[in-house]
Amino acid sequence: MKRRTTTGAAALGAVLALALSACGGGSGSTPKDSAQPADQGGKAEFNAALTGIVNPSDKKGGVLKFANEGDWDSLDPGDTYYGYSWNFVRLYGRSLLMFKSAVGKEGNELAPDLAEGMGQPSDDAKTWTYKLKQGVKFEDGTPITSKDVKYAVLRSLDKEVFPDGYTYFNDFLDLPKGYKGPYKSKGVNTDQAIETPDDQTIVFHLKQSLSNFDYFAQLPATIPVPEAKDTGAKYREHVIASGPYMFQKNEIGKGFTLARNPNWDPATDPNRRALPDGYEVTTNVNADDIDNRILSGDLDVAVLGTGIKQAALGRVLGDPTVKANSDNPTSTRLWYTSINGNVPPLDNIDCRKAVQYAANKVDYQTAFGGEFAGGQIATSMLPPAIPGHEDFNLYPPGADNKGDLEKAKESLKACGQPDGFETNIAYRVERPNEKAAAEALQQALGRVGIKVTLKGFPQADYFALYAGKPGFAKDNKIGLAQNGWQSDWPDGFGFFGQIVDSRVIRDTGGSSNVSVRDPEVDKLLDQAMAETDEAKRNAIWTAIDKKVMEDAYVLPGIWTKTLIVRSKNATNVFVNDAYGMYDYLGLGVK
Amino acid sequence: MVTYIIRRLIWAAVMLTIVSIITFAIFFLVPRLAGATPESLAARYVGRTANAEQVQIAAEKLGFNDPLVVQYGRFAKGIVAGADYDYGPGVEHCPAPCFGYSFLTRLPVWPDLLDRLPVTMSLAFGAAIIWVLAGVATGVVSALKRGSFFDRAAMTIALGGVSLPIFFTGIVSMVVFSYGNPFSITAPGGSYTPLLDDPVAWAYSLVLPWVTLAFLYAAGYARLTRAGMLETMNEDYIRTARAKGLAERTVVLKHGLRGALTPLVTIFGLDVGLLLGGAVLTESTYSLPGMGKYAIDAITNQDLPKVMGVVLFAAFFVVVANLIVDLLYAVVDPRVRLA
Repeated sequence: MKRRTTTGAAALGAVLALALSACGGGSGSTPKDSAQPADQGGKAEFNAALTGIVNPSDKKGGVLKFANEGDWDSLDPGDTYYGYSWNFVRLYGRSLLMFKSAVGKEGNELAPDLAEGMGQPSDDAKTWTYKLKQGVKFEDGTPITSKDVKYAVLRSLDKEVFPDGYTYFNDFLDLPKGYKGPYKSKGVNTDQAIETPDDQTIVFHLKQSLSNFDYFAQLPATIPVPEAKDTGAKYREHVIASGPYMFQKNEIGKGFTLARNPNWDPATDPNRRALPDGYEVTTNVNADDIDNRILSGDLDVAVLGTGIKQAALGRVLGDPTVKANSDNPTSTRLWYTSINGNVPPLDNIDCRKAVQYAANKVDYQTAFGGEFAGGQIATSMLPPAIPGHEDFNLYPPGADNKGDLEKAKESLKACGQPDGFETNIAYRVERPNEKAAAEALQQALGRVGIKVTLKGFPQADYFALYAGKPGFAKDNKIGLAQNGWQSDWPDGFGFFGQIVDSRVIRDTGGSSNVSVRDPEVDKLLDQAMAETDEAKRNAIWTAIDKKVMEDAYVLPGIWTKTLIVRSKNATNVFVNDAYGMYDYLGLGVK
Repeated sequence: MVTYIIRRLIWAAVMLTIVSIITFAIFFLVPRLAGATPESLAARYVGRTANAEQVQIAAEKLGFNDPLVVQYGRFAKGIVAGADYDYGPGVEHCPAPCFGYSFLTRLPVWPDLLDRLPVTMSLAFGAAIIWVLAGVATGVVSALKRGSFFDRAAMTIALGGVSLPIFFTGIVSMVVFSYGNPFSITAPGGSYTPLLDDPVAWAYSLVLPWVTLAFLYAAGYARLTRAGMLETMNEDYIRTARAKGLAERTVVLKHGLRGALTPLVTIFGLDVGLLLGGAVLTESTYSLPGMGKYAIDAITNQDLPKVMGVVLFAAFFVVVANLIVDLLYAVVDPRVRLA
């Protein structure tokens, strides 16, 4: 009885709090200048921060509070590989280039940061030159030179010391044979890979043409590191700042605080406004607690940017006032099912088409959390936020998106399997969404006689030993495999590079591409990488998307969407498409 | 007495060694029996982009190619003599007792454990004071007023307290008292301030976890105390004490309660020992950076050195708590003699 009364009081309180939160709502608008507030503001509404700045303000001061439900992979710019971290690292580090701190698609555009301008390609885009700005300093007042950038990139190559990072520079730089980074290959001349003819110039030499190397130049690994203060794996404990904020306290596993960097000169940095006086970040916080604290106004940002959890979903979507203070951006992640053409009868394109037609896209979407917390039904591979995306659907699943069973049966007949066939579907056992999607597919395909058996595998070895190992997949009839990919940057290379290139498939396993084997697609990829004209390059990404879908090697599921809630205390709230979450550089405090 | 303590300490060391062997076997032998290779074990330490060669190098570097006995010997040697770890520009010595080195956070485990211990101790001892006072007092009154409305109400609430999981009571308590719906009278959500930084903020941040955790335990203690008191108060020596003309308060507290305390001391020692190893659910619910949260995060990330460290640390507290309980028996119950 007592509990019932308390629950009622809590519910009443929730309603009052939600009503109060409406008073804190901001205004939405579309800015003309990337990081500048809009001239005119309107009432905050659902998705207002996707197209405009909510609560525009120039006010400086205050502290923003962030929380992370897990631990950071690493605060070391050379050893971090999460989108939220790349969004956040810009507060304390400056890379050669950066994504603009701007609303929506404009955030996908690159802008010079440490560099004076964009990269200058030569030698068929095998050589890229950048000039650094004068007057940029580390937090201790030491001038930043091109040698600090070169050292930062070279140290990041050591994957034994920095395992969390990416291998783009390892794969593309023309490094001396056997080079393992400055710790293990001391004294080795690396000028054939990176030259620094003077303190303001850095030249990258690549093994092959790469038309979009500017995206490499925005990677956090190009954030300068002073060699004298490099402590290797322990550098994450105190990163030397080059951005507007520096580390004041850092307790790994608990959190850290950032304070203003006195040696950051705004005259050298048109991209950052640095409105707050500092940031408090707590790590390893209960995810539901984070949602509740953001809704109550105690916390400002769930730094992961992956959206509120199921427990708070109804509270946000069910109340128009709270919903008006939230946004539902689409990210550059695709959840999909690989259709393995090495596993009969899926080596027949018509059998693969039968899977495409019979799939129930609505149930697939529900398995991943539905329209708001899951995502938008995907009709091809390339997500809408990536240039080159075109709306097309080669296998329309009926008006209700639940499958076109007639077309599926026709395809089965053409495949020589009119009564259906049997196959297995792999999923990662630690991922309930993948299992639910596999079950949805099992039910949907069962309607046309395709009998699917679920096979769960541990995610740590999913690609290395099971779904991604060609021999295992064939021997165990893994015809379908749940899969997912998020682009490292909003560009076709970042999205397609690892998931449709047949040359990354290894007999020993480990590749995320478990199904796409088409030499034509490989050729298109090479063309795109050598194409320096952006419009032509984007057209090639479109062509690759269409070719893979024609081959029916991939059943696209959903393009991920997240439901994120705006802070009650923050100003200049907007979603940057490059990260698919709020832009952390823009935020200020009311 | 001294001989007894020395004998128990030797047994404690043997017990901890056995625990370490079992834990090591669970994390390193069982996966091998299930088909894991040195490379698959190393894969989780080398990031998402490592190629086969990098994984092989990591497996060699981590010693996963060595026989298990050698691997365990290296681990045990680290505890006794310390160990060296390559951090890139140089080699760092992890001084004894070195429980290993997290290859995810790149930090030695032992300082982490020491750093987390004050949080767990703050939680465990604060909650213990509340649950002992509330549980024992409720149990005594219930026993003395057996069958009364108070007795029935208290035992019903106690049953509820034992039955409700902490992740439920914890979340409900935060919804009601933390997030401003309807009240905002405790720290907003999960947070922790060290005692030495600000004692008031320390208590403010812990009051809800204390009460929630104590509610769970107090319920059990109230039922145990009530049962013990009912049994003790019917003993002959209680009748004798009353016949001697002792005040009822003295009879209850000095003779009745003392007799009922023996099982409570046993369970209290074990409870506190276990909690010092980490109140996993409470710390996770309230995001307290203690041993329990450390353990659950380590398990989630499959960070084996951390898991090994926290298991041994927790086992140490349980063993020590058992020893203290046995010593306290002699104090609480004059009939017990240690030999």
